[in-house]
Amino acid sequence: MINIDSTVSQAPPKVEVSNLNFYYGDKQAIKNVNLVLPKNKITALIGPSGCGKTTLLRCFNRMHDLYDGNRYEGEIVLDGQVNILSRRIDPIEVRMRVGMVFQRPNPFPKSIFENVAYGLRVRGEKNKSFIADKVEEALKASALWDEVNDRLKDMAFTLSGGQQQRLCIARALATDPELILFDEPTSALDPIATRNIEDLMDGLKKQVTILIVTHSMQQAARLSDYTAFMYLGEMLECDRTEVIFKQAAQLRTRDYVSGQFG
Amino acid sequence: MAISSLSEAIAAPPRKQVIRRLKERFIESLLFLCAFSCVAVTIAIMVILGTESIGLFKTVSVWEFFTGTEWAPLFEPAKYGILPLVCGTLTTSAIALFVAIPIGTTIALFLSEFASQKVRVWVKPILEILAGVPTVVYGYFALLFVTPLLQLLFPDLPGFNMLAAGLVMGIMIVPQISSMSEDAMRSVPDELREGSYAAGATKLQTAWNVVFPAAFSGVSSSYILGISRAVGETMIVSIAAGLQAKISFNPMDSAATMTAYIVQVSLGDLPHASIGYQTIFAVGFLLVSMTLIFNTIGHWLKRHYREQY
Ligand SMILES: Nc1ncnc2c1ncn2[C@@H]1O[C@H](COP(=O)(O)OP(=O)(O)O)[C@@H](O)[C@H]1O
Ligand SMILES: [Mg+2]
Repeated sequence: MINIDSTVSQAPPKVEVSNLNFYYGDKQAIKNVNLVLPKNKITALIGPSGCGKTTLLRCFNRMHDLYDGNRYEGEIVLDGQVNILSRRIDPIEVRMRVGMVFQRPNPFPKSIFENVAYGLRVRGEKNKSFIADKVEEALKASALWDEVNDRLKDMAFTLSGGQQQRLCIARALATDPELILFDEPTSALDPIATRNIEDLMDGLKKQVTILIVTHSMQQAARLSDYTAFMYLGEMLECDRTEVIFKQAAQLRTRDYVSGQFG
Repeated sequence: MAISSLSEAIAAPPRKQVIRRLKERFIESLLFLCAFSCVAVTIAIMVILGTESIGLFKTVSVWEFFTGTEWAPLFEPAKYGILPLVCGTLTTSAIALFVAIPIGTTIALFLSEFASQKVRVWVKPILEILAGVPTVVYGYFALLFVTPLLQLLFPDLPGFNMLAAGLVMGIMIVPQISSMSEDAMRSVPDELREGSYAAGATKLQTAWNVVFPAAFSGVSSSYILGISRAVGETMIVSIAAGLQAKISFNPMDSAATMTAYIVQVSLGDLPHASIGYQTIFAVGFLLVSMTLIFNTIGHWLKRHYREQY
């Protein structure tokens, strides 16, 4: 079943997932998943609706710990050192290193500046000029600085949907995460806002490793270096994006990327 | 089927149609009347309070009423300055809010963000009991239990004092603030909480920095409605705070509130249209206006800031 092509391992791995199972109560949503996320690359996670993409993504920052009855099995190893699923690891420590951008923009009811500064503030950062620098840097990296630098004190919800999502990206970037998780970040946006976000994504690779869930084949093809195809909670195939789109090993993958089923 | 019945309806004899339309009209007006009666009663109360108190302002100038520092309408020489009563009302209300806002908000945050389902099932009915205790019981509780307790701490405390009344009034308001605030906090979407957790925040940081501000419109309107409850509260202050009108912001003093004055005078048998009789309408008018203003601010806040998330 598992097809970790030798080419995948060429870039040094940032994260290695091995034999991951995940359960919502009694219901198993992730089945024995193995996956490598190469460092400073974009890996796209695709698959039909309900196959477990969001569920898998949320394992990487222990988001499932927030709700009772959820259970992980297996390992997700960061930098070949720590298994972030280990009980001894504090999920907050994990989230300090792994950022997340959600399906719908979810800015806090605060100013634009405070939204981006949030992660630094909760880490206890007090140095004002350091925070200001970080906020500016993150807003520049998320291609929002030019639009908002004269209104940083305005409330975040005065921004358009696309701007809000870029703000959420800035919020995730401000704390220098090593890995950022994107869950269909453009599914609630119009084509122009989508384009803006896709354009900035490529630039982020220099700083972070990216895992992005997307339901758009074009987006996966355009953006990602590697593509992983999930089906019914299993990882059917993971390879370089052009391989998945041109000569996938599995019939199901070929059908899916060519739009035969969804 | 649908089409044929529709054309039947169109072709129905005019008499039937008229009756049907009249019936609709009738029910509609009935519903409107029910809704309107609340408004009408409110307006009627204001009008009666207003007209009955006009008599007072024939003898007393409006200026004297609002700026006079002594209130003794039933004695000779009569004094008609409302300020002492307003002062008693504001002081007891301030003490009450000083208790109710922090405790109510904390309970709301706890119930909405920290408590397990099990704990919530226990705590909520207890709060409801607290909310259902008749205020006369609170009043005697303040007078016969809280005041003696406070006198252990402050031996000079008089038997009637604003401190005990205010504290107990605060406890009375806690359930209102906690339940309204909790509703507001629980309606904050989980996406916001998750956004905060994903940024590395703890539960406490999330509750305080994200949930609380996101729910602030509802929370603040619960505070305002709490204020108007405190301002209008009668029993507790009549029983425990005393009936002596004087300008004092000292919680250790006894003092009469606007409500306590109205009770005191209404219970006596004053002749209709006497000046004492007119004063309670004037005080009542001011009281209702104050609570009305607070309520309006509360509802306005709630609506105005609704779409913050
Ligand atoms: N909180 C939950 N509790 C129970 N089952 C869930 C929960 N969230 C998702 N699921 C189930 O897990 C499976 C995977 O869901 P999800 O990860 O959201 O899929 P995808 O993101 O690929 O559309 C689905 O069958 C879904 O019904
Ligand atoms: Mg999903």
